[in-house]
Formats: sequence, structure tokens, C-alpha cells
Amino acid sequence: MMEKYTIYVPRLVTRRENFAPGHRACIGCGEALAVRLACKALGQNVIIVNATGCIEIISSQLPWTSWRVPWIHTLFENTAAVASGIEAGLKAMIRKGKHPAKEVKVVVIAGDGGTSDIGVQALSGALERGHDFLYLCFDNEAYMNTGIQRSSATPYGASTTTAPAGKESIGQVTWKKNMPAIAAVHDIPYVATACPSYPFDLMEKVAKGAAIDGPAYVHILSVCPTGWRCPPDLAIRIGRLAVETGIFPLYEVENGQHKLSFDLPKLRPVTDYMKLQGRFRHLTPDIINEIQSKVTEKYGELKQKMVKTGVAK
Amino acid sequence: MVKSESELTWKDLEIGSVVVEPGSASQYETGGWRSQRPSFDNSKCIKCGICYIFCPDACIEQNTEGYFEANLFYCKGCGICARECWTQAITMIEEEE
Amino acid sequence: MAKRVGMEVSLAVAEVAKLANVDVVAAYPITPQTHIVEHLAELVANGELDAAYIPVESEHSAMSACLGASAVGARTFTATAGQGLELMHEVLYVASSMRLPMVMTVANRALSSPLSVWGDHSDVMAVRDTGWIQIFAENGQQVIDNVLCAFCIAEDQRVLLPVMVHLDGFHLTHMIEPILLPEQSEVDRFIPPYHHPFPLDPDKPVTMGTFAPPIIYSEAKKAQEVNLRAAKKVILEYWDKFGKSFGRYYHPVECYLSEEAKVLLLTMGSFSETAMAAVDKMREEGKDVGLVRLRLWRPFPFEEIRQAVKNAEVLIVLDRALSFGGPAGPVCSEIRSALYNEDRKPKVISFVGGLGGRDITVTGFEKIINRGIEISQTGSEQEFEMFGVRE
Repeated sequence: MMEKYTIYVPRLVTRRENFAPGHRACIGCGEALAVRLACKALGQNVIIVNATGCIEIISSQLPWTSWRVPWIHTLFENTAAVASGIEAGLKAMIRKGKHPAKEVKVVVIAGDGGTSDIGVQALSGALERGHDFLYLCFDNEAYMNTGIQRSSATPYGASTTTAPAGKESIGQVTWKKNMPAIAAVHDIPYVATACPSYPFDLMEKVAKGAAIDGPAYVHILSVCPTGWRCPPDLAIRIGRLAVETGIFPLYEVENGQHKLSFDLPKLRPVTDYMKLQGRFRHLTPDIINEIQSKVTEKYGELKQKMVKTGVAK
Repeated sequence: MVKSESELTWKDLEIGSVVVEPGSASQYETGGWRSQRPSFDNSKCIKCGICYIFCPDACIEQNTEGYFEANLFYCKGCGICARECWTQAITMIEEEE
Repeated sequence: MAKRVGMEVSLAVAEVAKLANVDVVAAYPITPQTHIVEHLAELVANGELDAAYIPVESEHSAMSACLGASAVGARTFTATAGQGLELMHEVLYVASSMRLPMVMTVANRALSSPLSVWGDHSDVMAVRDTGWIQIFAENGQQVIDNVLCAFCIAEDQRVLLPVMVHLDGFHLTHMIEPILLPEQSEVDRFIPPYHHPFPLDPDKPVTMGTFAPPIIYSEAKKAQEVNLRAAKKVILEYWDKFGKSFGRYYHPVECYLSEEAKVLLLTMGSFSETAMAAVDKMREEGKDVGLVRLRLWRPFPFEEIRQAVKNAEVLIVLDRALSFGGPAGPVCSEIRSALYNEDRKPKVISFVGGLGGRDITVTGFEKIINRGIEISQTGSEQEFEMFGVRE
């Protein structure tokens, strides 16, 4: 079985760090790890367009930078639009002979806020126009950089500072917005979900998205010990549990065809995942049951999509 | 960067405050943050490299013998390497004052 | 040799962008700028202009896409008006502070609410402080001449700033005027190629758009301010070079029969042309009046203004925008501020008129001038007067 040999795969990964150490991410930051791994998969010939958020702030304090690749940050909600301009500008200049022809991939790094809330318009526009770029959404399930405020990616029942748990509220009263599905509905060639707890799967998906000629979207679960209120050393374990409970399934949508990255014969109960995080501490058994039913239902629906297109693993 | 940020004048800044030196932030010692550090037991290490992969701060390095050690200039002491090591070759020990 | 052709000013603007061989156009349509972006789309679709035309989904994204294009070294052009200019407001600050050259024509339009698609300067006044170079045009020829100069100015290595060229919505955009378009070879000789000093390029990675804690933010802003003011010298250089190449000279402040006049009117934009007719008429009647036209709005031309009005006793400033609850019309406030420390200065009277596309006729200008003279003698309880409002 290949699984026995995958423990030696780390040695095949490039040692180059384009996201340099010395950055100011919190200890145990799952998002910093995810960005680090994505950079390994992307290589040198990229231009990164970064939204305002954790990664931008911890890596770009004037007069220094953690980036060893070209990098631009402008505002919070417009990364997809800036990326569109870069991509179109390069294409036009190369075509007109004003710029040497070279392979450069435009890659967006944005958080869940900059993607599914304030940034959704620019993203939808860029996907519809079909620009050749890779959009990486690093989802830590709240506006973490400004102090753990809720976003549309915050899961049901999680406590955040603007949707806190209290006597009259369970915290987040809405279900997590399905951003990968929204991206897929734009009929783009490649959509995927990934998690740094499965580092090689993540790197493969990022590389695959970068190789696509056209828009690609990868949604990456980024465990945030600070915001999710868990010990920093559990960042990888919690990411793994998110996948094993079916809360964050890993899959790809290639030209409309759904492929589960690995199917789990039996999902772990959601409590395994939630009990490690302080943001769910206030939940009562009936809310947890509600969440469990929903997760089971949604996972079933995802598997149905696979069966429909006839590509089952 | 020779000058510290509090010494930089407006003339020192590049056009549009662009930073032209890649990775210049790596002069910042995040190692000062930690309250615990990883200790590596090489007798248990199988040199798989998973600690290197999972470090969010890219501060686990492989030495000439092929074993791994933390770069204490950057190590924030998060404990992920110790938690994820397949053979439990890494333990977190208290940082001395 | 080029010849004058009657054409709609909007279409002429698109033609000039084509002559300048822009690489990227990212624009969102909004009345009354639509003909500019439509004609540009046509030129691209017909292969007459080889550019990336990005039909973005909002003005905020239009300006954002322009940022990206400029950052990789592409010659970038866009256009907007009124609400569109406001929607891209935060992005405008980024374009100038990140020193990303581009040219934008703004079809000046009134702001909601109530909705008005017609021309006035309220959209412009709201973006005074965004750090862009801003130039006003009074007729079609001036628009296209200044769009041409704008590329040179913006992309000059000593400037590297975005430039707005303002033209009144409908009053200019939709007028058919006799336009002398330069030949392609003349434009190619006039506009140098564009090279950004640090474009985004994997061969030389740079970081653009850092965050600045209090310890360093002020230094970044000072650098930006010094650069904008220093740009005036470059603007004058290109206007001089343009005059030598094409025979039409532009200045930050243009005077019309104003050197000896005791009473001066100051206007910006298409008002100036009608005002000139009013000044002619009043002078024939023996009135000692003249006209001062403000062309360079940012960086503000202090010396030229002081020079232009130093002999006058009364300066009537007609604003085409309101500054609600403010001390005067916006332009008037700035003029007063520029003259404050002068030993000899005229009485500065503030009028606001022509809002939301309302015309002011020659007779209207005469009334304004006469009322302004009256106010200079008797004073007024109000900070400024709104002209032509039905009471």
C-alpha cells in the first residue's frame, strides 16, 4: 500500500521558503502553515495578490517583507479585481511585444472575509470573465485579524465576538456559506477544498489549480488556535478531525465533475472535533445533534454528486 | 535594512513605499515569543521530515546527519512538531528564563 | 497633416486612448461616460486597438483592475462619472499612494440623492484629497490634448502618479465639436514608452502595499505629498512640449482679458466658454471685467492664481458644487486660502450654480458678476449665494 511510503514524501518537497520565517503569525497558526505549503507548490513564477487580513498583516510591516516572490496588497475586497488587471495586463503586454514572454501565474491569497463576504462581488466577476488565475481562500472561519468577528464562513453554533454565545443566542445562527459550491457554479475548470493537515493533498491541489488555463479556486481550511480557542499544538489534529467528521470534506470539482479526495467509510462524530475548541463550548446536546444531522446530510449530498457524474472512488 | 524603522526618514522610503528586499522581515526574532521549546530525541527519529512539513514558521531544519532540529531564532514553541511526530521523538520542554 | 473633424467628444476621447496605444482598459459604464467606454470596446473588437478590455462588474473593481495592470507596467486607461467616482473612492487613494500611473477621464456628474445624471463638479470635489493630478478641460479639443499629455505626465519617472482629466458630463461628453486628432506618428513621437521602476516581476520580487504602523506612516505620506507638488514642474514641461509640437499651449491658470480688470470671474470647466462670451459683452458695455480659468486643480497652482488676481479688487468665484455647511463653494474656499497671506488681494465672493446640469446662460453670468460686485460693496449675510434657485 502506498500509504506506508508516503511518510518519506516530505523529503521530496522543495526546501525553498518563499514565505520567509520571522513572520508574525500567532503560535501554531494553521493559516501560516497552509500559506507556506501553498508557496512550496507554487514556485517562483507567481505574482501574489493578497487581501487585507491575517496573512497580509503578519508578513508585510513597512519597511520589511516576508515575501520572496512578487507580492501586492491593496485593499480588502478587491483582490480578484486586482488579479484580473494583472493577468490581463501581462497578457496584453506580452502579445504586443512590450513585455518578454514568460510563464507567470497570478495567485490570490484571501481570507474567508475577503472571499465570501466583502470580496464575493469581485470574485464572482473575475470567475465569470474567465481570467487565468488561481484563487486561494484561506478560511479560518471568522474575521480573525480584526478580532474574531463573525463571517458568513463561521460555522453554525460557533461563538465569535460579533455573534457571541449568550443567554439569548447560540452564537452563529446561520449555516456556513458554501463558497466552493458558489465558485463551482461559475462553471470554472477547477475547484477544490484542502487542509494543511493533509499537506501533500494541499500542495497537489494548489499545483493543479496553478496549472489550469483559466480560473481555479481552492478553499483551504485554516485552523486558528487563537480564534477557535484551542491549544496551538492541536492545529494539525483539529484540521484532520474536520475532515474525518465530514465537516470539511476534501474534494475536487473538475469541469463540473465532483471527486472526493478520500471517502471515509464511517464519519467520526462531530463532537470529536468540536469538544477541542472553546468556540463551541457553550453548545447544548440538542444543538450538537442538529449540527450532526446537518453534517451527515450534507456529506450524503456531496457523495450523491459523485455518484451522479459517475466518478466514484 | 541598515536603519531601524524609527530612524527611517521620508527620503529613505522607496517610491510608493515599495519594499525591494525580498524576505527582509526574516531579521525579526520570533524566538523571543516562546515559553517552551522542542527537544529532539534522535534515537527515535526516523528522518521522515513530517516535523519540517508541519512547522508554520519554517524553522525546523535538517542537519548534516539527516536529523532535524529547531532554529531557535524563529521557533515560537507552538508544539505542533512534538504533537505530530510519528515516533514521538520530540518533546516540549520549558524555556528557561 | 491632421484635419478637424466634427465628432462627439466622448468618441474623441476613446480615439486618443487608441492613439496612445493603451494596454488595458478596465471600465464600468455610467452615464454620461458610456460613449467613451462603448467606443473603446468597439475599437478593441474591431482590432483597431490592441488592448485588454476588462468589462468589470463595478467601478470599485474597475479602479482595482487598473491598479493591477499599472503595477505590472501596462499603460492603463479608464473613465467614470459621478456615483462611479464615489464608488471607487477608497481605491483612488491607493492608486496615488502606491504611485501607480494611469489616466482616467471623469465625466463630471452630480451626486445622488436625488439621482442626477447631469453635469456638475460635486463628484470632483469629493476626491480633492485623493492625491491624483487633476486637470480641467473646457472644450473637446482641450480634453483630448490633455488626455494625451496625461499619459506623458503620469508615466514620467519623476512623477509616477495617476492623472484625472475632467470634462463636464453632457456639456462636453455629448457635444459634437470640431476636433483635431493628431496623427499616429505624432503621438508616437510625443508619448515616450512606459517603464515602471519596480513592476511586479518574478525576476525581481518586490512587495507593494505594506501596512505602516504610526512610527512610519507619516514618512510615507510626506514622501507622497512632496512628489505630488514636485509634479507641477513636469506638467508645465509637457504642456510646453505639447505647445511646441502641436501649437496649442496650456497653463495652470488661463487668463482672459484679466490683466488690468478690476472685477474678475473665476470658473472651471465648460462654464468658462460661456463666461468668456459674457465678459466680452460686459466689456463692450464698458464694464471693467475679466475672466480667470482654473485648469490645473491638483497640485494647486498657488503662484499662478496669486499672479492672475493681484491687480483685481473683486474676484467672483463660481463653483459648480456645494460644500454643505461649509464656508463657501469648494473652489472658492481654496482660492481664499491661497490668497490669505497676500498683502494685496481682491475681495473674494462665492457663488454656487449650475448644479445637476443646469445651464447658466450669458445673461446668467452677467447677473452673477453684477450681483458679485454688489456683494463686494454691501456685504452679504450668507457665506455664499446659490445662483438661479427658485425661491
